[in-house]
Order: sequence, then C-alpha cells, then structure tokens
Amino acid sequence: MFSRDTWQEIFLSIRKNKLRTFLAGFTVAIGILIVVSLVGLTNGLSNTFKEAFGDDANNVFFVFPGKTSVPYKGYKSNRRIEFDNSDLADIEINFDSYVEYITPRISRGAVISYKEESDNYTTRGVAPGHQYSEKTIMMKGRYVNENDIKKKTKYAVIGRLVEQDLFGDENGMGKFIDISGSAFKVVGVYQDDGGDNEERLIYIPYTTRQLVEKNNDKIDQIVIGFRPEIGYTGAMIFEKQLNTFLRDKKVISPDDQNGLFIRNVADQLKQTQQFSNVIAYIVSFFGIGTLIAGIIGISNIMVFVVKERTKEIGIRKALGATPASVISTILLESVFITTIAGYFGMLVGVVIMNSIGNSLKEDYFITNPYVNIGLAVTATIILILFGALAGYIPARKAARIKPIVALQDE
Amino acid sequence: MIEIKDLHKSYKMGSNSLHVLKGINFSVKEGELVAIMGSSGSGKSTLLNILGMLDEADSGEYTLDNVPIKNLSETKAAIYRNKFLGFIFQSFNLINYKTALENVALPLYYQGMGRKERQEKSLKYLEQVGLKEWSHHLPNELSGGQKQRVAIARAMVAEPKVLLADELTGALDSTTSYEVMDLIQKINDLGNTILVVTHEDDIAHMCKRIVYLKDGVIIKDEKVKQVKAAAYVQ
Repeated sequence: MFSRDTWQEIFLSIRKNKLRTFLAGFTVAIGILIVVSLVGLTNGLSNTFKEAFGDDANNVFFVFPGKTSVPYKGYKSNRRIEFDNSDLADIEINFDSYVEYITPRISRGAVISYKEESDNYTTRGVAPGHQYSEKTIMMKGRYVNENDIKKKTKYAVIGRLVEQDLFGDENGMGKFIDISGSAFKVVGVYQDDGGDNEERLIYIPYTTRQLVEKNNDKIDQIVIGFRPEIGYTGAMIFEKQLNTFLRDKKVISPDDQNGLFIRNVADQLKQTQQFSNVIAYIVSFFGIGTLIAGIIGISNIMVFVVKERTKEIGIRKALGATPASVISTILLESVFITTIAGYFGMLVGVVIMNSIGNSLKEDYFITNPYVNIGLAVTATIILILFGALAGYIPARKAARIKPIVALQDE
Repeated sequence: MIEIKDLHKSYKMGSNSLHVLKGINFSVKEGELVAIMGSSGSGKSTLLNILGMLDEADSGEYTLDNVPIKNLSETKAAIYRNKFLGFIFQSFNLINYKTALENVALPLYYQGMGRKERQEKSLKYLEQVGLKEWSHHLPNELSGGQKQRVAIARAMVAEPKVLLADELTGALDSTTSYEVMDLIQKINDLGNTILVVTHEDDIAHMCKRIVYLKDGVIIKDEKVKQVKAAAYVQ
C-alpha cells in the first residue's frame, strides 16, 4: 500500500491535476489557518486580560475608609472614617486564621530629586507584606523590612523607571534621594509586570511616613492578603466577617454604603474569568464552524475528483485494479494533499501568531497571541480524518461501479 | 479456451425489459482469431462485455480456460481480468496523463510486478508494436493508429489467455485499420487467442472464423479464408 509505486501514482496524479490539487489544498490550508488564527488571537485577548488583572496577587482584599452617609448610634452622617495602626493589629489578632499578611498603604505625591534630576512621583508608605500583594520583583537590594518599620528608617525602594529617570546610567543603590525635603537612602530597585506606572512608585516604611507627618498613626487603606487555601468560599466568609468587625469597631451602620469599602480581588477575578469563558465559547463555535466548512469543502472536491476520474477508474478496473486498490489510491491522494496543505496552513498560522507579539496590544488588546501546538495538530488531524472519510464514500462508490458503466462515461 | 452455454442477458429499461442475449452457445479454441459480427443492437458488445467479465450474464454457463466464471466478487473478477484477459477498446481508453510506457505497464503494476521488470517488459511489447521510440510520449502526442497500438501492447503485456477487441478499428481510417489488423494477425500467428467484435465486413474477413449475431442469437458460425491485411499495407 505504501510502496514507491503507489506514491509515484499519487504524485503523477497530483502533477497532472494541479488546479484540483490546488483547490483542495487551498481549502484545507485556509481552514486550518483560520482556526489557528482564531485561537491565537483569542489567547492574545485573554493574555491582555490576565495582564490587566493578573499582575497583583488575587488573594487580596483592599479596605478603604469612606464617609458615613447615615446617622448611626448617636453619630451624625457625613463623618469621615479613618484607619490607624490599632486597626492593623486588631485585624491581625481577630482573623489570624485567615490572614497571611497585612499591610497599610499610605500614598502621597512627592517631588523627588537626585542632583540635577527632579520629578513628581507617588510614594507609598507600606509594610513588608505589600511586596506580595503587588508581586513586586526585586532587581537589586531589598524591600522594606520589619526592622525599617520598627526603627522608622529613611530607606526607599524605588522602581526601575525611577532609577532610570533619576540616575540615568548610574547605579542608584546606596545613593541618597530627596523626598519632599528629607533625604532617603535607596536600598532596593524593583520591577513590576503591571506596566510603566507601577514601576514609577517609591516604597518607604509606613511608620517613616507617619513620622514625617507629625508622628501620627493614620493609615489610608489596608491591604490584606488572605491564605489561598481558604478558597473562594472562605474568602467570601472572611470578607463578610471583616466587614461586620470593622463596621462595629468604627461605628458604621451595616446599611451604610459609603462608610467602608472592601474590594475583593478574588470576586473580580471570577468575573474576568467568566468573561474569558464566554469568549472561549464563541471562539469554539466559530472554530468548529470553520472546520466543518473545511470538511464540506474537501467533500465537495472529493466527489468532483471521483466523478472526474470515473472513466479512468473504469479503465483501471478493466486492466485488473481491485476495488481496494482503487479506494486506496484515491484516499491516499486526498489524505496526502490534506496533510501537506493542513500542515502548511498550521505553520503559516503559527508563524503569523508568533510574529504579532505585542504589536496589536495598544489598539486591539491582543497581547502575545500563541497557539497551543497540540490544539493546532488536533484540528489538522480532524480535518484530515474527515477529509479521508469524505473521500472514502465517493471512492467506495466509484470502486463499485461496473467497469462497463465507467467506460461508457464520456 | 472459451466455453459458453445458453447465455442469457436482459437489461431493464424503465418498466420494460430488453432481452439482449437469448441463449448463446459457442466455444473458442486456443489460437483462434474469431470475429463476432452483427449490426448495432445485435448483442455483440454485450456478449463481449460478459466474456470480458465487465458485465454479468443473467443465466448460462461461461468457462474460461477450465475456470467457471460465475458469481465472482469484484476483487476476484479484477484478478481474473488481469490474469486471463486483454482488452482493446474502440476509443483506446489510454490514461491521458500517463506516457505510452506507463500505460502499457499498468496491468503489470496491478499484478504487483517490480518497477524495473515492469518497464523492461512493457518496452519489449511497445517494441513489438513498433512504438519503442514513442514510449515516453503522452497519448495526445500520438496518432489514432499509434494509440491503438499502445492499447494492443497494453492488452498483451500481461500475457493473457484471450485478447478481446471491441470495434478496435472503429475510430481509425481504413489504411490505419489495416495496419492495426496486420498487427493483430501477427499476434495471432504467434499463437494468441483473439476475439474481435466488429460490424465491418472487411475487418471480419481478416479473421479465421466469423460468428454472426442477430437479435441476440447466433445465426451463422463459419470458418473463413483469412484475408491477410499485410496485402493492403505498404
């Protein structure tokens, strides 16, 4: 069946029927190309989502104080809620089994300068746990540590772009920068996947920030990392209990929409995933549709091929071709064409997807589209199998034609 | 070589049934050159198709070289056709994208013969029909007579028991027809059994025996004095 002669027969037939071969191959190649591109672009889209929501840890709550909107227990409405250091300690004690780390975040704009260079940046007063919530990656030196908190050190951890802006080619490590009139020593340089803005931040110990601001103990917002093992349900329970606890402590009505906000990243993540899933369903639908269209295309061509070759089949049968040999020659030819064309379409698709990279990110929200090779191969194999099946039915019919009838076919 | 007893065949034409062969009895011995003559509709082509296992009879017996030909599967029929029979058609029926040599080699390919042996043997037969120099030409580069000679080489290459020719000169002018018949006679002189279906009297008389068919029955079966086609060929 796979002798050199069989292949010679097939190559000869392909060479002599270039248009038919081209049409069949083109259908298959385009089909696979479209499926691969579709899947690739979708993956690119979902990459953009992941990047937008995935640069931070997803086991995190952000707690913001607000302004009360309803009077409660003798307090008037419109009262500003503030957090302080005792809240950090209380949460840690009361929710020990849930909390992995807890850190305040005190954001302040500041003019920062080094020698001649100077610009406006945002500083964040934080605790060591903040590194995990933002997935900050240290390039040089270290992050804010417990010792800094305790001793209220004037150390700063700067973003990669801050170092680039202020120091140029120089190494910023160990240098002193001026933050709103105070000298801070650079102890670390970090990078972050969240984009340029995330790399233009400066982290300092929150206690140092409080010291600078007249030694108060106020906190802007609280970031809590919960243990991932508590799961989505656990996180929901924790959020509810934390809400009750803080409203109780700060005397905020349970019905007050504005007194306190807890942003649960896990909840947001779930919505994002749902959105991604919907896109995946739509893409599967169109992908399968394209495959089916491709299969129908091949079937059409195969029916035509067999019809066109009816007389030739008759001659071959008169000369002693068995039905099996008629079927296998036609099938092998179709499988050969679909395989080569399918592989070609897949290759072109993969190359296009790889070459896109991040060039469509700004306008089309497509980041680094890629295709799972396994999936592309599966799609190609499906097309080949169905192409073979589509060819088998007319081929079997042709093989059954009485040679005398086939010979009369002009 | 060929034994036929009480052969019947009818075709369904819508609601009517057309009885084409109405009990044919005849036999052919080895080395004979037989013409089957009859006007169109006499059943001669149907008879040839049944002899060639291209079509099946409704009833009757058909024995070829002591092998009963009955209820053959498609595969078995294909093998028998390849081994026992060589076909020559009016319209040549060469495969147009294959060269003369490849066309001739096709029956050997279906026998599973090796490539080199196949080509050697095909070339030998092409030489025998005088077309060795044309072996690498495609059918559309050949004249009608040349095409028919390629077809004859193809019919003979598998060394079949019987050659079956259906109006083999039907598409040729008379000069070329005589050339082809000359070739047929020479092949017959080598001991090959040949059946020629024709409606042309002169072609029939170049055979050694003529079987007249009319309305599905044999009306006359006689030995004739063979006219040598070579006499007409320059």
